[in-house]
Amino acid sequence: MSFDPYAIRNDFPILERTNRGKPLVYLDTAASAQKPRAVIDAISEFYESHYANIHRGVYELSERATRMHDDAREKVAAFLGAAESREIVFTRNATESINLVAASWGRQNLGAGDEILITTLEHHANIVPWQLLCEEKNAHLRVVPINDAGELDMDAFESLLSDRTRLVAASHVSNALGTINPVREIISIAHERGIPVLLDGAQAVPRFAVDVQELGCDFYVFSGHKLYGPSGVGILYGRAELLESMPVYQSGGDMIETVSFEKSTFKSAPYKFEAGTPDIAGAIGLGAAIQYLSGLGMDEIERHEMELTAYGTKLLEAIPEVRLIGTAAKKTGVLSFVVDGIHPHDLGTILDMEGIAIRAGHHCAQPLMERFDVPATARASLGLYNIPEDLDHLGEGLHKAIEMFR
Amino acid sequence: MDDLRELYQTTILDHNKKPRNFRVPDSANHEADGFNPLCGDKVTVYVQVKDGEVSDVGFQGSGCAISTASASMMTEAIKGKPVADALALFDSFHELVTSPALDEPDAEGVGKLTVFAGVREFPMRVKCATLAWHTLKSALEDSDETAKTE
Repeated sequence: MSFDPYAIRNDFPILERTNRGKPLVYLDTAASAQKPRAVIDAISEFYESHYANIHRGVYELSERATRMHDDAREKVAAFLGAAESREIVFTRNATESINLVAASWGRQNLGAGDEILITTLEHHANIVPWQLLCEEKNAHLRVVPINDAGELDMDAFESLLSDRTRLVAASHVSNALGTINPVREIISIAHERGIPVLLDGAQAVPRFAVDVQELGCDFYVFSGHKLYGPSGVGILYGRAELLESMPVYQSGGDMIETVSFEKSTFKSAPYKFEAGTPDIAGAIGLGAAIQYLSGLGMDEIERHEMELTAYGTKLLEAIPEVRLIGTAAKKTGVLSFVVDGIHPHDLGTILDMEGIAIRAGHHCAQPLMERFDVPATARASLGLYNIPEDLDHLGEGLHKAIEMFR
Repeated sequence: MDDLRELYQTTILDHNKKPRNFRVPDSANHEADGFNPLCGDKVTVYVQVKDGEVSDVGFQGSGCAISTASASMMTEAIKGKPVADALALFDSFHELVTSPALDEPDAEGVGKLTVFAGVREFPMRVKCATLAWHTLKSALEDSDETAKTE
């Protein structure tokens, strides 16, 4: 079966809806992806036919729910190429996954004077947890600069690594610019010096196949809702020996082995990091999303979005008033731009009236906006269901806005 | 496009392009910063109060058309007014941009500012329209805190 985005659109009920009375043109997948029928149905079916709490009941229903939850973990492990499913921790989202690593691994391994190296391209989720950890430990946050195209300065990266660097935390794909970072190079240089690497894959896993073993990263995080799955579920991948060595994060029910008022003992990874009843349906919905994406083929999705990115880039470059922010040689899925004389929020409102959903703002990347000396950008981001006509609509909307503000 | 024209009236577009009183008055004796964390709009409002009246007012900053035009038209509306009247105008303006759309805007109270009535249809943009006013209030109250629209 060849990849046909026009047919695929029928899998997404929301694409039949309107926005301000116009057919919906959804160009905000980097903020959150729409959900295929397969995911919606899997969640409904679970609640209608299989729901019970997991890891508790002795009855069939609970056993079934537990099996389905375990099965979702297996699917995530296979999707990421993890060696074992115990390397997959369910969290709420990528943000919580990073917070887990900062609170657990970070508190254990960071001391006064140590350094954590991040990049200018990071989402606030991959800045603030490290900043707070550094404040707590009297450690230092170092930041890899970028060039005007929005690409990492790899010479600077190498020179910023020191014998005090304890962790490199970098995005796989930039949420604000779409830059695909040279993560293999980052990992190989960091590992030569024995420094572990965490990758924020929130914008990468929906766009191309990711294999954590092949990459060799130590931690990898992403959010379910950006992978066409439900909101409320996220993933932390950690190499088994790292997860085993880490202290517990949140504590309470389900993650314990024994509890007395004097002392409690804990389960092994991943369960020791999953306190309380998790988002069971969310995990199952995520499993369904992965199954759906695997059916389409991640390589096909990658090719489709690369083509659309190139199409959109050309279309925007042809409008003289438009300036693209982020022109990396390797980028995908994101078109960030500013328009002369029109603030991104006004653009967002004008496009909204045309049925077009884009993001306008700082994209949770304020330091990056500062780097490009803009208060905000407009961002059109692509998903597997987008078609060239969506971008044509964007172009027409921009012309209208430019005309109106002339 | 009708709702859009309703929001982006010619007057608003004009004030966005050529903001009035976009300057720092030499004699300002009150000032405050305003910031909308959601969209990054920033404004500083400078006021000279003399004998209980707003004798001069200016602003600096950057933001969208709605927030820039609102700041610009605010300075025109309050200049020469007693401080109490300027603050009362904020209340009327606030009602204008937030009250249910069915009510006829009270043109008597807010005058030219009725051009902002269209903002009611766009809840996400109310904060853009009111940022300068919140900041004005902070300035008049000599608050040291950055005014927020939250």
